[in-house]
Parts: sequence; C-alpha cells; structure tokens
Amino acid sequence: MTGLETKLRALRDGGRKLVVPYLMAATTPGWTEYLLAAEAGGADAIEVGIPFSDPSMDGVVIQRAGELALGRGANPFGILAELRGISLGIPMLVMTYYNLFYRAGLDRMAGMLAEAGVEGVILPDLPLEEAGPWIEAASPGIATVQLISPITEGERLARVVAASEGFVYGVGLMGITGERLKLAETATGVARRIKAVSDKVVCVGVGVSSPEQAAEVVAAGSDGVVVGSALVRRVLEGARPQVIEEFVGGLRSAVDRG
Amino acid sequence: MSVMGHPDPTGRFGEFGGRFVPEPLMPAVIELERTFEEAWADPAFRDEYHRILREYAGRPTPLYHARRLSESLGVDLWLKREDLAHTGSHKINNVIGQALLAQRLGKTRLIAETGAGQHGVATATAAALFGLECQVFMGEVDVKRQALNVFRMQLLGAEVVPVSSGSRTLKDAVNEAMRNWVSCLETSHYCIGSVMGPHPYPYIVREFQRVVGEEASIQFEAATGKSPEWVVACVGGGSNAAGTFAGFVDSSARLVGVEPEGGAAIGRGVVGVVHGMESMFLQDEFGQVEEAQSISAGLDYPGVGPEHAHLAAIGRASYESVSDAEVLDAVRILARSEGIIPALESAHAVAWVIRERERFGDGDSVLVTLSGRGDKDAETIANATGAGL
Repeated sequence: MTGLETKLRALRDGGRKLVVPYLMAATTPGWTEYLLAAEAGGADAIEVGIPFSDPSMDGVVIQRAGELALGRGANPFGILAELRGISLGIPMLVMTYYNLFYRAGLDRMAGMLAEAGVEGVILPDLPLEEAGPWIEAASPGIATVQLISPITEGERLARVVAASEGFVYGVGLMGITGERLKLAETATGVARRIKAVSDKVVCVGVGVSSPEQAAEVVAAGSDGVVVGSALVRRVLEGARPQVIEEFVGGLRSAVDRG
Repeated sequence: MSVMGHPDPTGRFGEFGGRFVPEPLMPAVIELERTFEEAWADPAFRDEYHRILREYAGRPTPLYHARRLSESLGVDLWLKREDLAHTGSHKINNVIGQALLAQRLGKTRLIAETGAGQHGVATATAAALFGLECQVFMGEVDVKRQALNVFRMQLLGAEVVPVSSGSRTLKDAVNEAMRNWVSCLETSHYCIGSVMGPHPYPYIVREFQRVVGEEASIQFEAATGKSPEWVVACVGGGSNAAGTFAGFVDSSARLVGVEPEGGAAIGRGVVGVVHGMESMFLQDEFGQVEEAQSISAGLDYPGVGPEHAHLAAIGRASYESVSDAEVLDAVRILARSEGIIPALESAHAVAWVIRERERFGDGDSVLVTLSGRGDKDAETIANATGAGL
C-alpha cells in the first residue's frame, strides 16, 4: 500500500469525507499561495496540474490556465522546484499528461516528484494497459491513480480498480473537465459501481463544480470529491487566495453536512 | 511480425504505436478494434468497400507515365493518380471504409478532424452518401487558409467547428475531436483521417489505404513488367504513404517518405506520446509539442504515424524533407510539363524527386503517389508566389 493510500484510508475510516481541490500550477507568480489557501480551507489532499501543450481531457477553463502558465514560461522542473519550497500538511498529487514524464525519463521524473514531496500522480492519457513502465519507475513511493469512467464495467472495472494506487478516481461523466450546471447522473453511479468491487477510497471528479454537487456525490456513497475547473476559473478571474480558501471551505462544510 | 503486417497485441509496430487514451475512451477503441477485425475478415464487407470505391469513388485510379517530366529530369517517373479519386484525394478510400465500420457499429454520426480540409471533405462526402450526420473540427488558421474546403463541407451538409485552442491548426483539431468524441460515444464514430492516433486507428487507416499501393503495384508491373526501384510519397500523418508502401514493402523498392521541412517529425522529432500514440513528435526539451510550419495545411502536423516511425527505425523506409520553396517550384514544374496541378501536400513528393534526380541509377523507375489535386491550394500558391488572386 502506498503512503498516499494509507493516509487517505485513515481519514476515510475515521469518518471524514475527502475534499481534493485541483489547481493549475504557475498561473500567477504567487500561485503556490493558492495551494496553501486550499489547505487552510479544509482540503484533504491537493492536485497540482502541470501544463501540457495538448490537454485532450481538459475543457476550456483548464486549457486556458495551462496556456497561461506555458505563456509565463512554466516547465515541469521549475514547477516541481517550487513545490519543493513550500510546506503543506496534506498530500500533494500531480495531474498532467504522460508525454511530460516520457520526455523527462520515467526514473528521473519519479525521483524529482519524490524530492518535491509529491505522493501521487494522475495521468489521464495513460490507461492501465500502457502504465507498466511508469508504475515500475514510480512504485511504491509515488501512487499512480487510475481512472474509472461511467462505462468501465465488468472484468475491466475490477482489474483497473485493483491496480489503482492512492485512491480510485471516478470520472463523473462522459466528457472533459469543466463546470456543469447540474450534476450528471453518472457521477453518483460511478462511485457506487467502484464501491461494489472494492473497499478502496473513491473520489469522484469531472463535472463536480459546487458545494451542492459535492454533497450530492458523497451522499451517493463516494468517499470524496475532486473539484478543479470551478477553482481554476476563479483563479483566472483574478481571485485572491482568500477566495480559494473560502470556496474550499464551502466544499468542506457541504460534504461534512453530508 | 512481417513488415507492414498486423500490429502486435498492444497495437505496436515495433516500438511504436500503442493505445494511450483516457479510460472513458477505452471501451470505444476496444470495440472498434474488434469490429474492424471482424469486418476485414468478412468477404461481404470487403466486397461492399471495393464496390463503393469502384462505382462511387472512381477506383482504380490511373497510374500515369509522366513522359515529358521524365524526359526533362532524366528520371523514369510514374504518378499514381489519387488526385483523380472522388473528392480530389486518397482520403476517400479511408472514409468509405470507416463509414462502413460506423454503420456496422450502429453509429449515426461521424466526427473528424481536418487540416487542409481534404479529409473533412471526404468525411462529409461519406456522411452524405451513408445518411450520417457529420461534424468536422478544423483549426481557425486552417479555416481561413482553406476557405474553399470549408464551404464544400458545408455544402455537403457537415458542420465545421473552428478550433481556437493552441496553435489553431491540425493538432488542435485532433485534440478537440477527441474531447468531443468522449461525450458522444454512443452515437458517433471518430473518423480519424490518417495513420495516427491510438490503436487500432493507424492499422485501420493503413488497411483502408492499402488499395493505393496494391493497385499501383499491379499497374506498374502490367505496364513495365517489373517493380519500381523507388516509391515516393509525402508524409504528414502519413496515410497515403502508408497505403502506398503497403503495396511495395515486400518488393526491393526503396521507399521514401517526404516530410515538410517545418514539420519533419521523423527528421527532427523525438519519441513521445501524444494523440494516443507512441511515435515521433516535434517537441521541446520538456515534452511540450511544438507547432509545425508548412505551406501545406495537410502536412502541418508535428507528429507522424507510428508505423512510419517503425519503418524509419528498422531502415525499411527513409524519410527526407523538402522546403516550401522547393514545393512551390514542383507545383509549377508539374503543372507546365504534364498539365497536372498537384496538391501542395503531394507536391512534396514531386519536389524531392526533382531535387534528388541525380541519385537515381540508369534504368531506375520512380513511382510517386500524387495524393491529391491542387485546386484547393490555388489561393495559397498565388499568394506565396506573389501572383495574388
């Protein structure tokens, strides 16, 4: 069991619902303040996006944030160096696309992530079938989280869930990241289907945008939620860290109320 | 595994290929693979595919001996005339096959990416022929420089969606098509236009383009009693080259793929994983994909199909590049010596033959696939040569 899984299981088994905010790195000069703000707002873990030129799983908000970061000259090594410089009391994960790891070299990237204090990664374009070389480089220090979609089923569902480290990421809808006015029905179903085959920690993201939607997801049985675009949009609109803290705090109270 | 045979169980040609798609797309590409394998092994499917190509798309296309140009270059030059296929390029071969697959999958809608618009026009055409809905993603930059093809797609009943992200060219159109596909898997088949993307696409598209090389091989043999010593085709993603090479890979012909200088993924790229495949890409030291720069919108792509990366790695094909200026010269030379205005994409292959004419031995024959016609490029060529329109 990876360190990340141990920590998240302990929280879950203690009765806590998990709030996992996503923030794109390097969108502003002081971007790491947003991570600290998210922690202060009550986050249990945090996902840091490393920008990629071709984010095929992301909607417009995260695309724009990535373009902004790249336009500011951001690169993976600089971002990890900045992460090394901050002190967070909650686990950090990196979410990005596989080519950045491939280009850096898998062992080298795994080493740099560990040095930066990153405990897990989410690579949406690296399905389980292709993940072998990376997992070999990363394991056991860095957890590789697998995605389960609303249409992953049968033997495949069991196999991918079993391989997931840290937690299982339930994709809330058939689509890309972004805010939706209404929570998709699939967002509640996916958590139930994962729970039916495993006792691993399950967090549902993609299309979970508001405290109300977060509450709905955990009420349906998910152990937690991942919220990204709703936060990133606020950052793009120039929100101060205080706004991020308050928004995460809103998610916190909503899932705590259940 | 024979060269240009079936990819391995992970969808690889040697080290290249694979299936790097988000989990939500996985069931769709697995279903597509199974459906294609069944269909391609089904004589009735193949008969239907070849019947449509024959009756509707104008196959077989001619193999033409370019006598005047041969004489002036001192090279025995033959042109496989895909420019004479319906819709003006080889792209029709692939979309007829994929539209038949879409029907077999029970899908009612095709989505596609396009660069120059040739694949978009071909997809819109197949959609009209089969009574399917059609949505084509096209970078904003390409929408501007290929306005004629945008109108053709609309006339055929397709919706053209301009893509404003990233470099606003072909690679971004691919991203947007993939983003869209995941939200409409139940109704829609993603009709990829080249030998690229996640497995099984590079294999499917090569098989649907194989007809180009197989016809050319038979035609050349019938005309000359031998095999060509050189087989040349342009390479962006590489579908016309893959189809052409498939017909000659077991012969002794030297296979040459011609990339644009500003988009030479094999010439200048490094191995990476983008658009669902492990292949060669133009990218920076951090793995960010770079923008290709080519006068030809259809070759303006920073990657290349994985099978080409494999053919290069094992030395079965070589990949060289030509400049925009050489391409424009080739257009003019072919137009004036043979009365054929080639697409800018196809002119890359002709330009390479013109530049390298001293390399061919006495008695060597060179077969070039002329993948498309140049009508769509008239304005680009006029602007580039200062003629204006």
